[in-house]
Amino acid sequence: MPEASQQIPVTVLTGYLGSGKTTLLNRILSENHGRRYAVIVNEFGEIGIDNDLIVESDEEIYEMNNGCVCCTVRGDLIRTVEGLMRRPGRFDAILVETTGLADPAPVAQTFFMDDDVRAKTRLDAVIALVDAKHLPLRLKDSKEAEDQIAFADVIVLNKTDLVTPDELAKVEGLVRAINPTARIHRTSRSAVDLAEVLDRGAFDLSRALESDPHFLDADDDHHHHDHHHHDHGASDIHDVSVKSVSLRAGEMDPKKFFPWIEKITQTEGPNILRLKGIIALKGDPDRYVVQGVHMIIEGDHQRPWKDGETHESRLVFIGRDLDRERLKRTFEACQAA
Amino acid sequence: MPTVAPLDLDGHCVAAAFVSDVPVFAFADGLVHRLDHGHKSSTAHDGLVCATVSLDGASLLSGGEDGKVVSTSADGTVALIAENPRKWVTSVAAGPQGAVAWGVGRAAHVRLGDGKKKSFEHPRTVEGVAFAPKGMRIGVARYNGATLHFPATDGKPTELQWDGAHTAITFSPDGNFVVTAMQENALHGWKLADGKHMRMSGYPAKVKSMSWSPKGRWLASSGAPAAIVWPFQAKDGPMGKAPVELGTRGNSMVTAVACHPKDDIVAIGFADGMILAGRIADQKEVVLRRQGKGAITSMGWDEAGIRLAFGAESGDCGVIDISA
Repeated sequence: MPEASQQIPVTVLTGYLGSGKTTLLNRILSENHGRRYAVIVNEFGEIGIDNDLIVESDEEIYEMNNGCVCCTVRGDLIRTVEGLMRRPGRFDAILVETTGLADPAPVAQTFFMDDDVRAKTRLDAVIALVDAKHLPLRLKDSKEAEDQIAFADVIVLNKTDLVTPDELAKVEGLVRAINPTARIHRTSRSAVDLAEVLDRGAFDLSRALESDPHFLDADDDHHHHDHHHHDHGASDIHDVSVKSVSLRAGEMDPKKFFPWIEKITQTEGPNILRLKGIIALKGDPDRYVVQGVHMIIEGDHQRPWKDGETHESRLVFIGRDLDRERLKRTFEACQAA
Repeated sequence: MPTVAPLDLDGHCVAAAFVSDVPVFAFADGLVHRLDHGHKSSTAHDGLVCATVSLDGASLLSGGEDGKVVSTSADGTVALIAENPRKWVTSVAAGPQGAVAWGVGRAAHVRLGDGKKKSFEHPRTVEGVAFAPKGMRIGVARYNGATLHFPATDGKPTELQWDGAHTAITFSPDGNFVVTAMQENALHGWKLADGKHMRMSGYPAKVKSMSWSPKGRWLASSGAPAAIVWPFQAKDGPMGKAPVELGTRGNSMVTAVACHPKDDIVAIGFADGMILAGRIADQKEVVLRRQGKGAITSMGWDEAGIRLAFGAESGDCGVIDISA
């Protein structure tokens, strides 16, 4: 395995048209934050900065010839990243801007499925910009807006100055209903603190857990004050087809858990947008973290369980048409005797 | 014993070759270095992406991140062939009578020897271009297959379909076969006479380098811990036949191959910088260079087949003389 230190971090910036992506991009390119970014854009468009490290690349989705419909990568990114990495030292990180209608999955999967890209880069975070004013409308007419939220590690809820506090709470509730694990930043005019969105290691679950110990505590009481999707009726979120399933159980039998997660991701892969979890394996002194995108799943030992820490397994699925009861029943059946 | 004259440079060598018998090394930073009574260099691009030698052997053709296609001659003179502002030129090919083809985004462009230009738009990105050995014909590697065009006439293109992403393309020297490298660690071939498919799979890594033996009897390829050499003597190419594995090593992958211009011998470059020469007939091999700093990215023989120029992603280049 390549060493993490040699791998260039990649941030993926998604967001529907009008969400403020270009404003954020221009800030990242012009502000003095001590890092140099190579930026891969679909169109130079409104980027007001001339810089040789801005590369225009035509979005090119490749289905892999392995019989898996959700195994897609961005062919143009493979080539562009490979080209950029031939001249390292000019930049510290790569930023990929996607089109407003882009599905983030192929972008993320490129960094797992292509060996050359994977050897030289690592996915740092998928950021979704969300227009607080227009989100309810967007969710009515596009599946993409929902996918981008579902997929994100960091969500920038932008244009909050254009909505009332009530509207904002409602929109944030919608976002939380789609994605209970992402970090949400409220802002206007894309004025989010760049340190909060860049080089976060948010895609790297181990790092995300270190910086936010409550990362997967979506169902814990302390979060309930800012998302009310349990109490509100379906009317609030009737335009949302993505849902999350949070599971919680005791120590797992590795002989049962691994075949189960393999099987679930194989059969339910197309419906699973993201999957994240911390697993307590029976007889294992380390916490085991898993994460996935569609059918791709990765797992690793994170750190030893601390004294007094409850050996508990938590797993969150974000996706469509997920059978909560079946997931819960089969997950719990993997518990060690 | 072969002798190695090293040339240690900084950066990533994209192409190592001979231009008018002078060893040249094209680097990703845009410099083209040459060993002509000492080390010299000229700036071809602001960021060089791809390079190949012209068919007359008198210039190096290259495409850049600066959108330019240029030729660099053995004395270091750089001449502009075309400019595609703000786009990367991702592939370049040399054709008969001074023709040049290159890929930019979804377009393949051709400049014929008489200066006439022609462009072919595709629905998907042009991943690779190559000229057929005879007639003015180019092949374009693209998503789900390859397209063959006749740039000198307005003939209808030939579409060769095969699902998946095709990232590079080459014609056999007799013009009977087209072979593409694919995203999923395989080669795909078509027999042009009848469109018959040839699947060449089983590689543990992507194939980045392909080279035909002088009479086109063999196609050598990278992407495995040995050079994988497919037999193309039969009328249906390698179908139903096993490839020859040359220079098998347990601990390093082959990253570049270059067939000798006269004999059925393959120069084999590895991920750790080692270079072997392997003879296809008896699979005998000799070490041409011990390990280096990084993976070999490109190798090219001189016309006589006595000297081999090589370059690595870590910048350590050189010339190996096998006559000694």
